[in-house]
Amino acid sequence: MKIWVPMDSAARAVGADEVATAIAREAASRGIDVQIARNGTRGMIWLEPLVEVETDEGRVGFGPVAPEDAGALLDGTLDSLGLVEDLDWMRRQTRLTFARCGVTEPLDLDGYAARGGLAGLRRAAAMTPDAIVQQVTDSGLRGRGGAGFPTGIKWKTVMQARAAQKYIVCNADEGDSGTFADRMLMEGDPFTLIEGMIIAGIGVGATRGYVYLRSEYPDAIRVMNAAVQIARERGLLGPSVLDTGHQFDMEIRKGAGAYVCGEETSLLNSLEGKRGVVRAKPPLPALSGFLGQPTVVNNVISLASVPVIFERGADLYAGLGHNRSRGTVTLQIAGNARRGGLFEAGFGLSLGEVVNDIAGGTASGRPVKAVQVGGPLGAYMRPDQFDTPMGYEEFDEQGGLIGHAGLVLFDDTADMMQMARFAMEFCAVESCGKCTPCRIGAVRGVETIDRIAAGDARAVALLTDLCDTMRDGSLCALGGFTPYPVMSALRGFPDDFATRKEAAE
Amino acid sequence: MTFSSPAPSDEEIRTLVAPLTGLEGPLLPMLHAVQDAYGCIPDAALQVLADLLNLGRAEVHGVVSFYHDFRKVPAGRHILRICRAEACQSMGGAALADATLDRLGIGWHDTTANGAVTVEPVYCLGMCACAPAAMLDDRVVARLDDARMNRLLDEAGA
Ligand SMILES: Cc1cc2nc3c(=O)[nH]c(=O)nc-3n(C[C@H](O)[C@H](O)[C@H](O)COP(=O)(O)O)c2cc1C
Ligand code: SF4
Ligand code: FES
Repeated sequence: MKIWVPMDSAARAVGADEVATAIAREAASRGIDVQIARNGTRGMIWLEPLVEVETDEGRVGFGPVAPEDAGALLDGTLDSLGLVEDLDWMRRQTRLTFARCGVTEPLDLDGYAARGGLAGLRRAAAMTPDAIVQQVTDSGLRGRGGAGFPTGIKWKTVMQARAAQKYIVCNADEGDSGTFADRMLMEGDPFTLIEGMIIAGIGVGATRGYVYLRSEYPDAIRVMNAAVQIARERGLLGPSVLDTGHQFDMEIRKGAGAYVCGEETSLLNSLEGKRGVVRAKPPLPALSGFLGQPTVVNNVISLASVPVIFERGADLYAGLGHNRSRGTVTLQIAGNARRGGLFEAGFGLSLGEVVNDIAGGTASGRPVKAVQVGGPLGAYMRPDQFDTPMGYEEFDEQGGLIGHAGLVLFDDTADMMQMARFAMEFCAVESCGKCTPCRIGAVRGVETIDRIAAGDARAVALLTDLCDTMRDGSLCALGGFTPYPVMSALRGFPDDFATRKEAAE
Repeated sequence: MTFSSPAPSDEEIRTLVAPLTGLEGPLLPMLHAVQDAYGCIPDAALQVLADLLNLGRAEVHGVVSFYHDFRKVPAGRHILRICRAEACQSMGGAALADATLDRLGIGWHDTTANGAVTVEPVYCLGMCACAPAAMLDDRVVARLDDARMNRLLDEAGA
């Protein structure tokens, strides 16, 4: 009997290891021969630990499972969720980038290849660099790390640059609240990222790669390191990738707890061993990146989406999506959500569909008050904006951003003035210090919001002014975008800023 | 993770980081190696790393002080990182953090009187779909409430 118990760190954080131990113990005491396999997560985090029992019909799910349930699970008396593939959450998705996550054992390279892995790389390895870059361009893939810059254009710049050494740097800093897709992918299907980086390397002529992975993710670091080692032993990485004559090798590097190191130039400084201070652009990293050499800096999901584009074709990928947002978006539903987790679908669902229908509203059962989309630099969206389609331009028109596609739900108990204050505080804590509007402005922002809270009505104009200065005068999006959460809270939820003022008067 | 050994000698530090000198951009990996071994970046390490990498001591200090992870003195026997970011806040994370600090009678970045636990803020552990979350040393725990947090603190000897 084969039983799957996820080893994703979110599953482990809610007891998956204890469940696996209990199943093994109960099986031994019953004399049942059980093989426990550790997969990634299917992304249904509200059901974690989600245990699956393999049957002739398919994998039957149980969850959330507690260690005490192990006996009943083995006796066949535990209530099941039915076949996991048939669950509404799974059926409604278009899983491309996350096709294998939660299905296979993360470090099983043969299992990876048996489920479509390496097919994209084999195709790409036979193509010219021009054709590889063209394929990525044709797919319409835009950077999933936040800015949504076309990946094909970035690769083309690096491909055309002349240098003895070029690099592929994967941005796995994932510091945004509400985002965990990078972590899930790296823990659940690490070879997809490795394959994507190799294809990028062949495409632009880079033979070395780095994954800059935040220190807050020890499990992801462990899995990625193990995967790189296996890839090297099996000839996927090294002097001749899969015997194709292409050279590519890579390393995992651990960050040191600085949010700003997710910004690509700060990341490169950090990778070089410097303070993670943001660099002025130009020069672009594509021309002068790591150690001054041409460098592709891409997010985990951007790179991990590449293999399937080569396996299934650019047309299939570009055929999904909405307006200029092509392909799939890996929605991360978080915070006060009834069904929190990762949902991959073509761009274009409305925000309201995601919040009410897919997430099922709040976990507390209270009305949704606001949804912060795009991390700590994203706007707080109100329920009357819920018909906004998930798309880069569509969110921009609403004064928001999609960012890394994390959605954090808040119920009606949330105090939006406190959230605005937190945004300023976060910016002050994490500022790299290079420019004044961000370094000083954020500190003043906290003070100004405190003045509003204390009943000083004139401070509202001051806050607005300060936000304008930060937006216009900051070198990078940390200082430049902090006004999004602050101003969206102020404009969208004026009552939260007014009640105390009025109470004080 | 107890770090009560005497201050390391320059030679010990050099031996520890020597295998990393061939890396491209070796300073962060070296600092991590030093902190993993000694629980902090001892003063002596600044000069050793500066000499090895042909940098000024002040430069190395500048790097160490930039990052939240690196400490000048060892933490308590355990480090508890409590997430303060938005998704955790939406699920009562701030109240949970306050209650935890109250129970321990310390503030952020402080260590309990018995040296068992240092509490640090962290901004997101990637557990945003099962918030609120914290991390005890390398172990992440989520869907926390006061009871689970208290069990965790007991376990850590706080
Ligand atoms: C303050 C700040 C933090 C960022 N954090 C991340 C991050 O954690 N992960 C990421 O991929 N991109 C992050 N970005 C965006 C990167 O600078 C960059 O646009 C991205 O890595 C490019 O990759 P992509 O084109 O594949 O998205 C951040 C940007 C800023 C300004
Ligand atoms: S906006 Fe802030 S984080 Fe960005 S460069 Fe300026 S000081 Fe650094
Ligand atoms: S916000 Fe706390 S784990 Fe992400």
